Amino acid sequence: MVHLVLFIIFGVICVAGAVNLLVQRHPIDSALSLVVVMGALAGLYLLLGAEFLAAIQVIVYAGAVMVLFVFTIMLLNAGMEERTRGSKVALMFGAPGLVIGSVLLAWILLQSKPSVRPVGVGSLYGSARTIGHLLFKDFLLPFEITSVLILIAIMGAVVLARRESQ
Amino acid sequence: MPTGNLTIVQFLIASIIKIALFLFVLLTGVAYTVWLERKVVGHIQNRWGPTRVGPFGLLQPLADGLKFIFKEDLTPPYVHRFLYILAPMLSLITALISISLIPVGDTITIRGITTPIQITDTNISLLIILGVTSIGVYGVALAGWSSNSKYSMLGSLRASAQMVSYEVALGLSLVGVLMLTGSFSLRKIVEAQSGWFWHWNVFGGFQIVAFFIYLCAAYAETNRIPFDLPEAETELVAGYHTEYSSMKFAMFFMAEYANMVTVACLASILFLGGYSGPKFEAFLPPILSSLMPVIWFLARVVFFLFVYIWVRGTLPRFRYDQLMAFSWKFLLPLALANIMLTGLWVALRA
Amino acid sequence: MTGNLVDIPLEYYLVLSGILFACGVAGFLIKRNLITIFMSIELMLNGVNLSFVAFATYWKALSGQVFVFFVMVVAAAEAAVGLAIIIAVFRTRETLNPDRVNLLKL
Repeated sequence: MVHLVLFIIFGVICVAGAVNLLVQRHPIDSALSLVVVMGALAGLYLLLGAEFLAAIQVIVYAGAVMVLFVFTIMLLNAGMEERTRGSKVALMFGAPGLVIGSVLLAWILLQSKPSVRPVGVGSLYGSARTIGHLLFKDFLLPFEITSVLILIAIMGAVVLARRESQ
Repeated sequence: MPTGNLTIVQFLIASIIKIALFLFVLLTGVAYTVWLERKVVGHIQNRWGPTRVGPFGLLQPLADGLKFIFKEDLTPPYVHRFLYILAPMLSLITALISISLIPVGDTITIRGITTPIQITDTNISLLIILGVTSIGVYGVALAGWSSNSKYSMLGSLRASAQMVSYEVALGLSLVGVLMLTGSFSLRKIVEAQSGWFWHWNVFGGFQIVAFFIYLCAAYAETNRIPFDLPEAETELVAGYHTEYSSMKFAMFFMAEYANMVTVACLASILFLGGYSGPKFEAFLPPILSSLMPVIWFLARVVFFLFVYIWVRGTLPRFRYDQLMAFSWKFLLPLALANIMLTGLWVALRA
Repeated sequence: MTGNLVDIPLEYYLVLSGILFACGVAGFLIKRNLITIFMSIELMLNGVNLSFVAFATYWKALSGQVFVFFVMVVAAAEAAVGLAIIIAVFRTRETLNPDRVNLLKL
């Protein structure tokens, strides 16, 4: 019962943040809505027992990647976006189509047999220890490759953002 | 029973009392850290510091608080209003959250109810504190941007870049301690250092280098001298809080000192043994002997605050490029070397 | 309060993940600002992360969470490089509207 209430709270915050990202016209407001979405997602990960991932979501995603976005928006002084000439037909067919499509999908998903299997709280545990074991034993090769990927990304970002020397 | 051996009602009441007490002590501590800083910096500079308001100037924080409340709270016309109001709130909230995870003492037993002197303890406490520090960067970044002024913008860009860079060194310096303890929970980290002072992580765990890295990174995270170029009074007017007045400025001020207190608490927990120390159970009644760890903890925290203020009064400030080079070219490789050596030692010891 | 970890049916998490992904796709198609388009991509990645973690819990396979870890790393690297590209585009074209960035010649 408590889990359901928490899920609804975090879920509503997620969806509200995502819709706010679409609705806002200034990119800084969209960026802050995305930070709210990521925070609510961290709460959902905690509900699912993935405690290490929840902390990493806040530290890496909400605390570093989104800071980078906010930085860029501040640096480039990106103003309000312009209104483009959207087509009326797209709006007339698109908006109801989106709503009908998503309701249909949700209905089909929810019709299937409920897969609630009682799992004791202690048996599945996304603790740092278990994830660390997996990362360094079974997934060692992807781990090393992603470290090389980060190195390449750093070099790429430095080269791309450098001012052209005359 | 997740609430230990207490009923839910007892647990709730104990938690509410602890939260109120911790918040009150923290906010009073923040106010008196300001007093301590003014006195100590004054004496370093061969003058008295505040002496007029109350004995030894002890009522000066009260006078300052009243001044802030009575000042005119003006909002400049061209600011981005929502973010202008949100930024100091964000700074203060993230500064105050960390106190809920800090273990101040061992358990205490009042009227048969045994409860740890800590608001809550989780398996990922240290990661939560790091995450909250990462969110605190938004307060600084948004304050400068929403103020719509050149000085604020420059100050906040510099401050956010500095804070993000030193977060890396901060996080890596803690990995040595984590390897020695094997858990992110702050209480377990303190319990692994119980005993005499050679059991502390600084001495017995050989984390002296990590301790040095942590102190430097923490001084930079809290924007204190020698890393306080973002709010240097002589360079950028007042940096990112130039356009703030009265209560909002007071919130930034309190957030900075609350961050200092949090850093001091964390340093004493991770490196100096937390609340470990003799409890004198043979001499004192049970309640007083369970308050002895609190006194040892407070002694360490006050020592760290004094070191903070001492460094502030003594050192000049870094230039911005020196500051960034120090983080990326010196602290980061040093922290990585510390991790490797600590890992080697842990593997050989087992 | 020893609730089961999986009191909530898996489908609820999948529906929420689908909604987030759909909002990301909608933002990618509708918005007229390069940075906001990029943020919609991040929103899509987050939606997918949620479904990964949900499946990891329900099928008791921790490799789902490890995959989320890798997705986060890749998203961070992609954000760094993508934002550098956006800065470079802004420096040459003076605009962040993708409709204006439609000629190879400056």
